[in-house]
Amino acid sequence: MVIVRCPPRRALLVLTCLVLPLSPALLACRGGMEVTAADASQAAESRGPAPTHELRVEAPPPPFTDGIFPCSDCHNDTDLPVNPVRRPLVDMHDDIVLKHDEEHRWCLDCHDAKNRDQLHLAGGEAVPFEESYRLCGQCHGEKYRDWRVGVHGRRIGQWNGAKEYLLCVHCHNPHQPKFKALPPQPAPTRPGRSPQQPQAAPAPGGASGGR
Amino acid sequence: MADEPRSVTRRQFGTVAAAAAAGWALTACGPKRLHDVPKDRLRTLIQQAEREYSDTYGKTVTVSDAGPMPGVLFGYALDISRCIGCRRCVYACVEENNQSRDPQVHWIRVLQMDKEHGVDFRHADPYYDPETVPQEGHFYLPVQCQQCRNAPCVKVCPTGATWQEKDGIVVIDYDWCIGCRCCMAACPYGARQFNWRDPSLPKDDVNPNMHYLGNRPRKRGVVEKCTFCIQRVRAGRYPACVEACPVGARKFGNLLDPDSEIRYIMEHKRVMVLKEELNTMPKFFYFYGT
Repeated sequence: MVIVRCPPRRALLVLTCLVLPLSPALLACRGGMEVTAADASQAAESRGPAPTHELRVEAPPPPFTDGIFPCSDCHNDTDLPVNPVRRPLVDMHDDIVLKHDEEHRWCLDCHDAKNRDQLHLAGGEAVPFEESYRLCGQCHGEKYRDWRVGVHGRRIGQWNGAKEYLLCVHCHNPHQPKFKALPPQPAPTRPGRSPQQPQAAPAPGGASGGR
Repeated sequence: MADEPRSVTRRQFGTVAAAAAAGWALTACGPKRLHDVPKDRLRTLIQQAEREYSDTYGKTVTVSDAGPMPGVLFGYALDISRCIGCRRCVYACVEENNQSRDPQVHWIRVLQMDKEHGVDFRHADPYYDPETVPQEGHFYLPVQCQQCRNAPCVKVCPTGATWQEKDGIVVIDYDWCIGCRCCMAACPYGARQFNWRDPSLPKDDVNPNMHYLGNRPRKRGVVEKCTFCIQRVRAGRYPACVEACPVGARKFGNLLDPDSEIRYIMEHKRVMVLKEELNTMPKFFYFYGT
């Protein structure tokens, strides 16, 4: 494993970035470093304080099936009172196949029975669907930790600034979280011959050789 | 002594001196490598290139000359335990970096390997083509330019057409590359690709956001390779392959920033580099996220 040491000049820059919002005058003191104020504040934003429990996450809205949300449109006390008995669903949601520790769990272990438009943590705290990662993180703590620092999951945006996170449920169907197999994109052509342009043949080989 | 060399005559000396002076004048006044060109002259050259490419491809092309950011050394990490070998990165790279479509040039090659053998290039297959991936019993190892700190390709280039920038990206001056392919022979990762024939790049597919050391169009007879998407990363963006990866296996950032994703990986995960024994010191790391 390689640890890259932070040179003093860099440390100064980091320090400067962190205190920059407080003292814009410091920008002038940094001599030849060509970092614009916008860049620096962006960098400061990306470093920011250590993530706390209330992590603010820029993520697209949860991927609901069309017309399924809000749940309380159907699940309200007058139309559909709560039935807390564990049972196979037949009238509705019968397309959902639970393959996620299904021996021990069913709908109301994650979906809240009182506030139907929310989820709930193991301790009972209600959590909106936009923060479903907190629920996932209760069991998958290691993945949650990696996700918060940007190591688990896909990121789009700036390596030194604003980036868009995805919620766990954008990639993992919460009812069947195993990542689905994908058809691969076409294999590369083999070196040597290209059926499209046979006339340009004498050149030996195609793309690079082996390694 | 009888074997003593003859002294040089005035005429001989004059001839050699004149030839040397002429040679020096020719090389000094002639074209320069892009990294030697003064900043204002470079800007003019780039504007010329912009006009030329805009005419050729029928759209407004911008060619960036953004230099390395201070205090930045780029590093890349790829999670082997997550990659499913879908090749989305390969084609995102082709589109972003204006590679030739036919003959085909790919900067990323995804190797299918046997779990039984581990990382072993004798059992690597880049031509796998099943219905769906990942396949049982296999794992996938995408290989592209490893951006070595001790880069063999840079050492062997006879014309100085390839070098390492301050932010660690190994770049190529396509105008100075003579196509000798010494760098390809030197690269232990097969990361460099040669344009054996005129590259084909359909007008509609051209990415007009270019960098003079990166994805500007290449000619026949030059070598090209991954530049970490220099046109994107020097503008603060992630490389195209990072954003294309559906499983989030690709991570990118500043190795000198202790709070970056890449540093977290280096400090918390099992990290390796390919062919470590060659002392190439890649800045492209592979890790096990789980």
